[in-house]
Amino acid sequence: MAELITYRDAVKRAIAQEMRRDDSVYLIGEDVGDAGGVFKATKGLLDEFGPVRVRDTPISEEAILGAAMGAAMTGLRPIAEIMFSDFLATCWDLVAVEMAKTRYMTDGQVTLPLVIRTANGGGLRFGAQHSQAVENWAMAVPGLKVVAPSNPHDLIGLFAAAVRDDDPVLFFEQKSLYPTKGHVEEGEIVEELGTAKIVRSGTDVTIVALASMVRRAEQAADELAEQGISAEVIDLRSLVPLDATTIIESVVKTSRLVTVEENPRLCGWGSEVVSLVAEEAFWHLDGPLTRVTTPHIPLPSADALEDEVLPSVQRIVDGCVKAVS
Amino acid sequence: MVQARFPEPVSDELLDIEDKTRLELYRQVVRLRRFEERAYRLFMDGLVKGTSHLSLGMEAIAAGVATAMREDDYTFCTYRGHAHTLARGVPMDAVMGELLGRQSGVCGGKGGSMHLTSVEHGVMGSYAIIGAHLVIANGAAWSASERGTGQVTVAFFGDGATNIGAFHEALNFAKVWELPIVFVCENNLWMEYTPIDSVTAVEHPAADRASAYGLESIIVDGNDPDAVYDVASRAIGRARSGGGPSMIEAKTYRHGGHSRADPGTYRPEEEVEAWKARDPLGYRDRLLALGMDEAELVAIEDEADADIDAASEAAKAAPLPDLEAAYTNVWADGGWSWRN
Ligand SMILES: Cc1ncc(C[n+]2csc(CCOP(=O)(O)OP(=O)(O)O)c2C)c(N)n1
Repeated sequence: MAELITYRDAVKRAIAQEMRRDDSVYLIGEDVGDAGGVFKATKGLLDEFGPVRVRDTPISEEAILGAAMGAAMTGLRPIAEIMFSDFLATCWDLVAVEMAKTRYMTDGQVTLPLVIRTANGGGLRFGAQHSQAVENWAMAVPGLKVVAPSNPHDLIGLFAAAVRDDDPVLFFEQKSLYPTKGHVEEGEIVEELGTAKIVRSGTDVTIVALASMVRRAEQAADELAEQGISAEVIDLRSLVPLDATTIIESVVKTSRLVTVEENPRLCGWGSEVVSLVAEEAFWHLDGPLTRVTTPHIPLPSADALEDEVLPSVQRIVDGCVKAVS
Repeated sequence: MVQARFPEPVSDELLDIEDKTRLELYRQVVRLRRFEERAYRLFMDGLVKGTSHLSLGMEAIAAGVATAMREDDYTFCTYRGHAHTLARGVPMDAVMGELLGRQSGVCGGKGGSMHLTSVEHGVMGSYAIIGAHLVIANGAAWSASERGTGQVTVAFFGDGATNIGAFHEALNFAKVWELPIVFVCENNLWMEYTPIDSVTAVEHPAADRASAYGLESIIVDGNDPDAVYDVASRAIGRARSGGGPSMIEAKTYRHGGHSRADPGTYRPEEEVEAWKARDPLGYRDRLLALGMDEAELVAIEDEADADIDAASEAAKAAPLPDLEAAYTNVWADGGWSWRN
């Protein structure tokens, strides 16, 4: 029996699923306990698991991630919340220079089974310092796994996989998705990292999207269908590991590629996908490789302005039309 | 010109420490000294590549603290970490092999002088970003207390680290969570090329801040192995019995420069001379004055000489890493693949 739940409640269910299964899983972060998180995604976990395993921290992002890292190397499997992904900049040393490199530098002596979960992206009119989509920052650093689910079911399954994974995983919860709903079956859900999903099949153009952009890509596909263009939509789900095979196979079939990214343009994850396709599927292409992104600007706050710059259904449609014509 | 800062007078208090422990402290200091002298020579010979940061003159701190630790306790240290790594019992040849970029190195040549790690000895890493390992060390302490193992974590760091944010986050966090951790500041009066007191708002950069955060805090003569051992034993004991975190600020001095071939000439000559006169190896005289058998001390020295010769020769003779090693251990599955 499938139940209709929000992305927000999926977060709680995912954490609870893993904390029930494994006593070494702990959740720490600012306001994660009694308050249930600023997005209320962890509400109720304190009641079930108590203040030792669900623990509030000071506003000390380096100390939060340091605690997670030191604990992970000595036998726990911590989940650390960084309230907004923008705040990763205050503790980027821990993420990019400590966690990402320690296994390699020690030639495998240190294992870091930890998850950093964080609310990412725009759409809530929070302005430039609480709205960034920063998955591509993490993608640029060897040693980090990077996951960004688009719906409640995938969130639970990928979160479980992230907790069970023995490497550091950055788990981006797209904050504009918290109130959105999806069907989730009962029982334990576990998926595999590094697996993209074809959420709609088509023959004329491949649209690769992530997190909040997946739903928009599907809406664009509906509109394109009315114009007689058949779009295949791939939900990438994780940037590292990257499911290159699913992308290449789809482009071999459709001969055209459009990426849809919430991040600002330069060095967004789509540029990596585009270069991969250019190198490995070039002779199958029939149209320009096209990226739809937020322009290379900080995000504005006013709703009219934010809506103007985030990739809209119309811009995705236009991008696909350009790619196929 | 920088104002010279001189060591405090030596304390004439004789601590109650067993002979056996004193011999172990001496053994540690001698071995660390021999290792660092040789590392410097091999750096000048071009065999140690990149960089190296020596603890010449500061050996009593690693020696005293490590001697007070339990075998399964954790240490976290900095890029200046040869001494702390050796003091926990990591063999000289594995450390020397790492400095020379050999397969025999403790990290297979992938870490280098600044990242010595030996998890099987509780040496949880040497970190080269100032302050970062202090917050990481908290995590190991947290985990030990959750797992109920009684393990204590020790984090060594320099005076310069006391002005970075992670230091302050670490101290507050350790106190609020009452973690079984001992922070050990090796205050050698200099950061790289700038004196710590010229950029610090308080007199005792580590101890004054730690007191403000509610940690037990003590300043000690870092060139006296007995004194370091004594305060470390107490701080570690307190942490182990649930008494929470402490700060030890050990006053010391580096005999050489900051790193590589730096001669350290930016320091006033009379300052350098005064501190060299307080060499931790002066401990030998104390042991003799206490009536210990000189032959035992000589045996310790001879053993250290033989070991450092053997370790250097072994490292020089060791093979370079297989080139394949560049592509291993990015991930827990052993590989480096980011795609299918
Ligand atoms: C965050 C950061 N800033 C600067 C440096 C460069 N750096 C390396 S060692 C050093 C001096 C540190 O002095 P101190 O903490 O007193 O330690 P010591 O080297 O004397 O042991 C500096 C500035 C660094 N590694 N990390």
